[in-house]
Amino acid sequence: MSRGVAITGMGIISSIGNSVEENFNALIQSKPGITVIENITTVHKNVIKVGEIKKTNGQLAAELGLAADNNYSRTAMLGAIAAKQAVNNAGITDINEFNTGLISATSVGGMDMTERFFYDYAESDEHRRYILSHDAGDVAHKIADQLGLKGLVTTISTACSSAANAIMLGARLIKNGKLDRVIVGGTDALSKFTINGFKTLMILSDTYNTPFDNDRKGLNLGEAAAFLVLESDAVVKQQNKKVLAYLSGYGNANDAYHQTASSENGDGAFLSMEKAFKISGLAPSDIDYINAHGTATPNNDLSEGRAIIRAFGNNVPEFSSTKPFTGHTLAAAAAIEAVYSVLALQNGVVYPNLNFKTPMEEFDIVPQTELKEKEINHVLSNSFGFGGNCSTLLFSKS
Amino acid sequence: MANNYFITDHCIIEKGKVLHNGQEVFAMPEAAFPDFAKQAYKHLNTDYAKFFKMDNLSKLSFLAADILLKEYIADGSNNTALLFANSSSSLDTDVKYNDSIADKDDYFPSPAVFVYTLPNICMGEISIKHKLYTENSFFIFEAFNPEFFAAYAQALLDTAKADRVLCGWVDFLKDDYKAFMYLVSKEQGTAHTKENIQTLYNN
Amino acid sequence: MEALKQELKEKIIDVLNLEDIAVEDVNDNDPLFGDGLGLDSIDALELIVMLDKDYGIKLADPKEGKAIFQSIETMAKYISENRTK
Repeated sequence: MSRGVAITGMGIISSIGNSVEENFNALIQSKPGITVIENITTVHKNVIKVGEIKKTNGQLAAELGLAADNNYSRTAMLGAIAAKQAVNNAGITDINEFNTGLISATSVGGMDMTERFFYDYAESDEHRRYILSHDAGDVAHKIADQLGLKGLVTTISTACSSAANAIMLGARLIKNGKLDRVIVGGTDALSKFTINGFKTLMILSDTYNTPFDNDRKGLNLGEAAAFLVLESDAVVKQQNKKVLAYLSGYGNANDAYHQTASSENGDGAFLSMEKAFKISGLAPSDIDYINAHGTATPNNDLSEGRAIIRAFGNNVPEFSSTKPFTGHTLAAAAAIEAVYSVLALQNGVVYPNLNFKTPMEEFDIVPQTELKEKEINHVLSNSFGFGGNCSTLLFSKS
Repeated sequence: MANNYFITDHCIIEKGKVLHNGQEVFAMPEAAFPDFAKQAYKHLNTDYAKFFKMDNLSKLSFLAADILLKEYIADGSNNTALLFANSSSSLDTDVKYNDSIADKDDYFPSPAVFVYTLPNICMGEISIKHKLYTENSFFIFEAFNPEFFAAYAQALLDTAKADRVLCGWVDFLKDDYKAFMYLVSKEQGTAHTKENIQTLYNN
Repeated sequence: MEALKQELKEKIIDVLNLEDIAVEDVNDNDPLFGDGLGLDSIDALELIVMLDKDYGIKLADPKEGKAIFQSIETMAKYISENRTK
């Protein structure tokens, strides 16, 4: 039986670290990255907390060596930094040596620059170069430019499950022999657009988010980017590559319930987990850790919890949400959590679900609240998006 | 390539016209989109009050999908995957929403507008109406890309991820809109090739 | 109070895009959610924005809306007691 698709490189930048190593250290030392917002001026400054990367756009541009008149959105810069790390980590020196693609997920795209300069565009030409970088598709092309990649470049946008779907598409392209190698992941920067939007939906917490807690008040938004390198078995063999882990299963289903809310019993979530099991040939009892979507909104955690119980019955393995560390990073969430899932496999650790106090009254399952060391062979990671888009990824030890 | 599958049904909505398999089923060429959409909805006997709460992209997508999915029973067993793409993402609604947060003295962002600031919400609306618990994905391309649609739909069918795929190019920006949707399955119809897809799209 | 109720009916139909429903169709005690006008959670959030924008009433918790938005009657009563504009 095929073990799945090989993961040979990872890169990440989030509010808990600028590299894979920094992220892992923060996770095992229970150091969250949720703070008051600094890089964006917003009227909600004092009533929200965010998972913000403490680097200015100038610092990010300098890191990438961009010219002063560049038109990179913050989303594109974060994405380029994470994608470059992933490519280096995979030991790739010639990006076009094999048939290589890039599938990047984003939901806000260049919105951060558009909202900053929209009203200046008519007045002066100083910032007009950013108009071209508004499109969600521009982000992927900027990242491809940074990598010097000439193959397939595409963008996927299915809200908060976007990166999971990018990873899934990449795996399929490898399996079908359409690509030899693919860089997959997602990136989203914080923006007023999303802060105000989630605020009007009244699902932002005014304090630190508390997934699966009975008194949870909502989510903290975050920004991040993460990318994985997936390679075909032939490339792995030919280059004698070190495989970090395998992507062994994936599934996507629609919840068919509401524009933004999840259904009462997590129909879409249950179906996406079921599909992922089917592809991998694994059973629920094979899973050692669930990295839950766990946004800490009243609606998500109840719906997801019920779906987990439906899928796992009385044998729910240790589960936790890492959103208290990073905030909800929207289209990047599934990508950063893919990195965390691979690290869990490699290091044999279950991350703590921070901020948890009171079990939910609707069911008996409670998240893992302390760091736990154990043998981990298979991890399940959920990501659900507005529009009812539910995705599940399964990762297995190499 | 892809000769085992067929395009069984297709629909185009653009410039105030609704075409089903090349036949005009409704036209109001002079009307602005909201009025055109409302009259098309009435003409097509679409009884679904939530239609009027949708944004333009969702209304456009919903109308086209409804024509193609009408004959299937919405009982949750329909294994039709949705494969959509466009070039403007949700920009038409993003701009409206952005206007509501631009003025500090009149600062009332609308939750009902914000929920439509993602392109894949239109797939959610279609899934809700037709009870499709199936695979959904939404891509952003610079231009219509028949090769990608053909390959992706074929892969979904080859790997039995779906019995049928509803493919849609749905783009809406200001006064410019186009929905091109078609169903692909093993049932007889036009051969599922990128050339045929391009021909149907060009209408 | 009657004028406020009339005003609320007009506003709700307009703001929530209730096509094919006329002011006369809405009775003061009809439930707004569920079987009544069939409003959903996004509509409730939109009504919370309306309370803020038109009547200067700020709700911090969406759950508070449940009791207030039961019917036109309950809404009118709450607004007349709490409005700041």
